Amino acid sequence: MREGPLSGRASISTAERPHWRDSKRYLWLLGAIVPSFLFIGWGLVTLTGFGLFWWMGPLFVYVIIPTLDRLIGDDPSNPPDEIVAWLERDRYYRFVTYAFLPLQYIALFTGFWLMTRHGGGLHVIDKLGIAVTLGSLNGIAINTAHEMGHKKAHLERWFARVALAPSGYGHFFIEHNRGHHVRVATPEDPASSRLGESFWAFWPRTVAGSLRNAWRLERNRLRRMGKHTISPRNDVLNAWAMTVVLWAVLIVLFGVGILPYLVLQAVFAFSLLEAVNYLEHYGLLREVLPNGRNERVNPRHSWNNNHLVTNLFLYQLQRHSDHHANPTRRYQALRHFDESPQLPSGYASMIVLAYFPPLWRHVMDKRVLAHYDGDITKVNIHPRKRAAVLARYGATREASAA
Amino acid sequence: MSRFRCEVCDYVYEEERGEPREGFPAGTPWAEVPGDWCCPDCGVREKVDFVADPDPEPRP
Repeated sequence: MREGPLSGRASISTAERPHWRDSKRYLWLLGAIVPSFLFIGWGLVTLTGFGLFWWMGPLFVYVIIPTLDRLIGDDPSNPPDEIVAWLERDRYYRFVTYAFLPLQYIALFTGFWLMTRHGGGLHVIDKLGIAVTLGSLNGIAINTAHEMGHKKAHLERWFARVALAPSGYGHFFIEHNRGHHVRVATPEDPASSRLGESFWAFWPRTVAGSLRNAWRLERNRLRRMGKHTISPRNDVLNAWAMTVVLWAVLIVLFGVGILPYLVLQAVFAFSLLEAVNYLEHYGLLREVLPNGRNERVNPRHSWNNNHLVTNLFLYQLQRHSDHHANPTRRYQALRHFDESPQLPSGYASMIVLAYFPPLWRHVMDKRVLAHYDGDITKVNIHPRKRAAVLARYGATREASAA
Repeated sequence: MSRFRCEVCDYVYEEERGEPREGFPAGTPWAEVPGDWCCPDCGVREKVDFVADPDPEPRP
């Protein structure tokens, strides 16, 4: 099995370990709060009798995290370059992500048990709250899967699929790694949003496009192997098989009545992920070089943010430029780059903004334009809005044709 | 036989071993790998960006 890029070449022994302490080392354990949303909510409902707390998931994502981000603010600190290799090899950090999985599954089964238990007496609104809370934690689990799915170790790639099974988004780790990372910030990438494209227009394009693309990637790979597309080796199919088995077990245990809630939590989960996709590359575009290839991905092609709280809950996904430059790099070693474009707030707050397109465009369009020094022709523009956008930002017809 | 390395993540394509999972059985020459094939580990570099890897040491 291939190990990390640094294990073979860099030879930093523990004896040479520089005197540097990772201030976030134990803060990463706070990530366990995410799969505990349901239990926190259940506890508060029991204590207060107030059913609103069944909605703990969305309360946390849309209210508590953005508020804490405002209060606690930025942490732009980077690990020193010479410590990155050592930091990546410290196994403690990966066990923090593995711990997410059992908690996620316990929450899933507990949620449906709470919904259906005898004498539970839950109103349909409470059940919807539980489903949306499960959707929130299974949506953030897609980020945990993302962290693990990029690694070279087979075990972590397998864990990624387990984390994706509840939301039925198993095809994500194929399309994301081998589609999105290749075509990021180009008009061809379904998961890179364009200036003028609302989240609601992006949603069907990315959901359908990512699915098609995952299927195409596996079909081509299996063709090269001389195998049929419909095969147990098809990673899209075997990831979905895990979802089918999991959902079947849940339905056998808790009855077919849970099906609408099961579907609701899955749609909520992957929609949360797609909202994050929406803000990661909004309007950003790689130049086409004279030889017809896209320029290489660089830090200027992703939106970043250093708000500490969201970074802790998303394993530094917001240090997105470094992630795209070094996709196999582990979360604890991701760095902030000064030249990367910065969002005005953390991903959690920006998701809320993305749901309201006029607000989003008011905040973001000018930032995209400023990032390209006012040259709108360098921006990834939504084709349907192209004429209006060019007219608005004063580009001439010639410039747009160039 | 030759080896070619992705400079982003240090993935190495060895002609001798091929990459069966990608549909290139052991012994597939680098020349037969399609030009738009991407690094299977990081997805950042395409075939043309790979560099010849002189490292004679076998992988651990």
